[in-house]
Amino acid sequence: MKNRSLVSINDFTKEEILKIVELAKEFEANPNRDLLKNKVVASLFFEPSTRTRLSFETAINRLGGRVVGFTDASSSSTTKGETLKDTIKMVSNYADLIVMRHPLEGSARYASEQSNVPIVNAGDGANQHPTQTLLDLYSILKTQGTLENLNIFMVGDLKYGRTVHSLLQALSHFNPVFNFISPEELRMPDEYKFWLDSKGIKYYEHSEFTDILSRADILYMTRVQQERFVDPIEYEKVKNVYILNNAMLDNTKDNLRVLHPLPRVNEINEDVDENPKAYYFEQAENGVYARMAIMASILGLV
Amino acid sequence: MSNKTELSVSAIKEGTVIDHIPANCLFKVISILGLDNCDNLITFGTNLGSNRYGKKAIIKVADKSFEKEDLNRIALVAPDARLNIIRDYEVVEKKFVTVPQEIIGIAKCFNPKCITNNETIITKFTLVNSNVMALKCHYCEKVTTEEHLKIL
Repeated sequence: MKNRSLVSINDFTKEEILKIVELAKEFEANPNRDLLKNKVVASLFFEPSTRTRLSFETAINRLGGRVVGFTDASSSSTTKGETLKDTIKMVSNYADLIVMRHPLEGSARYASEQSNVPIVNAGDGANQHPTQTLLDLYSILKTQGTLENLNIFMVGDLKYGRTVHSLLQALSHFNPVFNFISPEELRMPDEYKFWLDSKGIKYYEHSEFTDILSRADILYMTRVQQERFVDPIEYEKVKNVYILNNAMLDNTKDNLRVLHPLPRVNEINEDVDENPKAYYFEQAENGVYARMAIMASILGLV
Repeated sequence: MSNKTELSVSAIKEGTVIDHIPANCLFKVISILGLDNCDNLITFGTNLGSNRYGKKAIIKVADKSFEKEDLNRIALVAPDARLNIIRDYEVVEKKFVTVPQEIIGIAKCFNPKCITNNETIITKFTLVNSNVMALKCHYCEKVTTEEHLKIL
C-alpha cells in the first residue's frame, strides 16, 4: 500500500486490512517511534473535527513527524475562493502526506487524483471515513481476539450513519452475523442489504432492543439525530427507545463490548461508563494506533 | 433507392441516420455528439409518429461515420436509438447503442453535496445496473437512477 491514498475502506483488501490492524497492535505496544522523523504531514481540516484531528496529530507527533495545516476552512484560502484542486496542488508540493477532512462527498477521491503525495481521507461529508473503520476493526480484534464469525449489533441511525456502512462493508470479509436495531425512518438502506444478500451474509432487523441482545459480541451504538426526522413528533416517539442503560447489559455475554464512534449525546446512559463492557473511550484511544499504522504503511516505513 | 413514397426528412446519399430518438431528447443527442459544431450537411425531424414513443426524432448526418464509443454516449438519453449506415441511399448496416460501463462527462451526479457539483470536475460514473440505468458516481459513491438523471 506504499504511496497509495486511503480514500474508501473498499480500497483495501482483506489482507491489507489485517496488516493495518496487526500493525496497530505493534504501535500500541511501542507507541513512540521516530518513523516519521524529517517528514511533514499536512493536516487539512476544511471543517472542524476536534477528535479526529487530535487523534491524527497525536499519531504524527508520536511518530516524530511534523504537522502543518489548518483546523477549519475559515483559516485557509478557501474563503478567498481557492478551489480544492489548487489547494491540493500547492500543499502536495510541500508535504509528504496529506490528511484531509472535507464537507463535500467525493472530495477525497478528487484530491487523491490531483495530489502528488498520498491522501488519507479523514471524512468526506456523509461518504467515507476509513480510518474510523480501521480503528473500529482494531477495537473489535483487540476485545474479541478475532474478527471472524462475530455477532454484530448496530443500533440507532443506520440510514445516514457512514460509520456503520463502512464497518459493515469491512466486516463482510469475516463472516459476521448482523443485527440492526433502528427506528423505521432510519433503517439500513436497501443497497447495503442487497449487498449483504449478494455475499450470503445473514442479517436481522429489529425496531427495539429485545433479549436477543444476549447473543451479541459487539454492540455498536450511534446517535439518533433530531435533524434526520421530517416530523419532530416522530423523533420524540423514538428518541428514548434507543438508549442503552447498564441494566440492559445484565444478561449479555462476558465478551460483549459496547462501541460508539463518539460524540455521544444521551444514547448511552452514563451508568454504562463504569461497566467493564463499555469500550468507547478505549476505542477512541485505539484510533491513535490505527492512524499510526495507516500513515506508516502508506509512507512505506514499516 | 427503394420505393418509399414520402420521407419526412430527406434521404442522404452517404452517411449515418440516427433513428428512434425520443423527441424530447433530440437536442441533447445533437449536443452529446457535437453536431452543433459540425460542418457536414445535417437534417433532422422531430415529433414524428412512432409506435415506440408516441413521438420520435431522427437525425441524418451526411458523409459522416461515428466511432462506436461516441455513439454509445447517446445511450443514456436515447437507449433505443438505431443507427443506419447509408451508402448510395441504401442502408448497408444497422447498429444499436449500448450504455457504456464507464460514463465520462455526460451525466450529472444527483447528489448536491458531491464535489463534482461544487467544482469544475468532469463527472465519471460506472454502470451498476443497465436495466434501470443506475450510475454510481466515481467520487461520492452515490447511485444516480434514471428518474434523477440529468445530462450535462
